[in-house]
Amino acid sequence: MISILRSLWQVLLHTFQPRATVQYPDEKPYLPPRWRGRIVLTRDPDGGERCVACYLCSVACPVDCIALQATEDESGRRYPEFFRINFSRCIFCGFCEEACPTYAIQLTPDFEMSEYRRQNLVYEKEDLMINGPGKYPGYNFYQVAGLAIGGKDKGEANNEEPPVDVRSLMP
Amino acid sequence: MNEVTQSLLIIIGVLFAAMTVSAGLIWLERRLLALWQDRYGPNRVGPFGLLQVLADMIKIFAKEDWIPPFADKPVFIIAPAIVVVTSLLSYAVIPFAPGVVVVDLNVGLLFFLAMSSMGAYSVVLAGWASDNKYSLLGGLRASAQMLSYEVFMGLSLMGVVMLAGSFNLREIVEAQRGMWFCVPQFLGMAIFLVAGVAETHRLPFDLPEAESELVAGYHSEYSGMKFGMFFVGEYLGVTLISALTVALFFGGWLGPWLPPLVWFSLKTFVLICGFILLRATLPRPRFDQLMAFGWKVMLPLALLNIVVTGGILLATK
Repeated sequence: MISILRSLWQVLLHTFQPRATVQYPDEKPYLPPRWRGRIVLTRDPDGGERCVACYLCSVACPVDCIALQATEDESGRRYPEFFRINFSRCIFCGFCEEACPTYAIQLTPDFEMSEYRRQNLVYEKEDLMINGPGKYPGYNFYQVAGLAIGGKDKGEANNEEPPVDVRSLMP
Repeated sequence: MNEVTQSLLIIIGVLFAAMTVSAGLIWLERRLLALWQDRYGPNRVGPFGLLQVLADMIKIFAKEDWIPPFADKPVFIIAPAIVVVTSLLSYAVIPFAPGVVVVDLNVGLLFFLAMSSMGAYSVVLAGWASDNKYSLLGGLRASAQMLSYEVFMGLSLMGVVMLAGSFNLREIVEAQRGMWFCVPQFLGMAIFLVAGVAETHRLPFDLPEAESELVAGYHSEYSGMKFGMFFVGEYLGVTLISALTVALFFGGWLGPWLPPLVWFSLKTFVLICGFILLRATLPRPRFDQLMAFGWKVMLPLALLNIVVTGGILLATK
C-alpha cells in the first residue's frame, strides 16, 4: 500500500517536469550534419557537374532506386544524360554516398519531402542538382584524377608527373 | 419562484452539468494523463485542444452503428442505455448546494447503492448479448468484480450513516459542519474510493474493458453511439463517485468565503483529477489478485470500520 501511495506521489511530481515532446511544425528537431536525409547531386568549385556517370551508386544501392545513363560531352568529359532517384524506394542508407568516387552524390540533413502523388517522389537530375559543392568544398575530381579531358591533359593534375615515354628509358 | 419551475430548472441544470462535465472529461483526462506522462495531450484542435471534444463527438455520431447479426438484438441495444440511465438517476439525490438538489430523498444513499447495483446489469447484458467469447469473458469478469466490490461499498458507508444518523444526503452534509467525515472515517473513505473505482471499472480495476487484454472486453462489438454511451457512462460514473465522495466525506458544499456551489465543484474536480492520477500510475492487477484483494482485504477492513465506529459511538453516547 505504501508503495502505491509513493508511486502516486511521484507521478504527481511529474506535473512540474518539462514535457519531452518536440512540437513539430513549430519546433524542428536537431539534425546533426552527417544525418542521412535528402540526396543531392553537387558541383565542382569551378561550377561543373561532379557526377561522372560511373554507375557505382546505382550498383551499390540495395533497393535499386537510382537510374542513370552516361554520355560524353565535346571535351570528352562524362556526365549523366538523365539521373533519376525514386525516393519512394530510397531507404537513405548512404551506400551511394560511400560508393561515389567524386563526392558527387551526397545525403543532406533534410527530411521534409512529403508529396501527395507517388509520381512526384521520383526526382530527376534537375530536382537533385544543387549549385554548390555540398559537404566537401574545394574537391574537384579532375584535379586529382589522371584522366585526360578537354582542358587538362595527362600529367597536368595536382601532384601528377607528366607521362613518361617508356621507349626513352632504353639503355 | 414557483416550486415546479424551480425543480425544473434544477433538473435541467443538473442534467446539463452532468453531460457537460462528462464530455469535458474526455479532454481533461487526455490532457492530465499526458501531463503526468511528460508529453502534451491534444493541443492542436482548438485553444488548448478543447475542440477535441467536439471532434470526438462528431466521430462517434458519424460512425456506423452496426448490430452484429448474431447478437441478441433487444438486449444488445438496451445494455448501454442502462449505464447512462442509472448514473443519471443517481445524480438526482446529490446535494450540490443548500436547496439545490433534484429530489431530497429520505433514503438517498440507499437509492444510490441500488442504482449502482443496477448498473452492473449493463455490463453483464452487454457481454452476454454480444455472443462473442471475449465479450462474454469480459462481462463475466465485470459482473464478478462489481458484485464483490459493491458488498463493501455499502458497508463502508454505514460508518458515515452512523455518524450522521440518517440516509438523507443533505443531512449527512449538514452533519459535517463541525468536522468533515474524512477525518473520523478515514478508513471508510479509503474503502469507498477503492470500491468506487471498481464500480466504474476504471484503472486499476478495468479488466472488463482492458484495451490491451481481452480485445476491449464487453464492449468489443459496440461501435458508434452505443459505444459512445458506454464511454460517456464511464465518465458519468467517475463524476458521480467523485461528487458522492465529496458529499459524504469532504463536507459537500461546506467551506468558508466562497459560494457553496463553487466549493462543491472545486472538491469534485480535485477528486476527478485523483481518478485520472490513479489511471496514470497504477498497473492492472490480475483478475484473481483483484478478487482476492476485494474479499480478503477490503471486506474485513470494512467490517472492522463498522465495528469500531459503532463501538466508539456507543461508548460516547
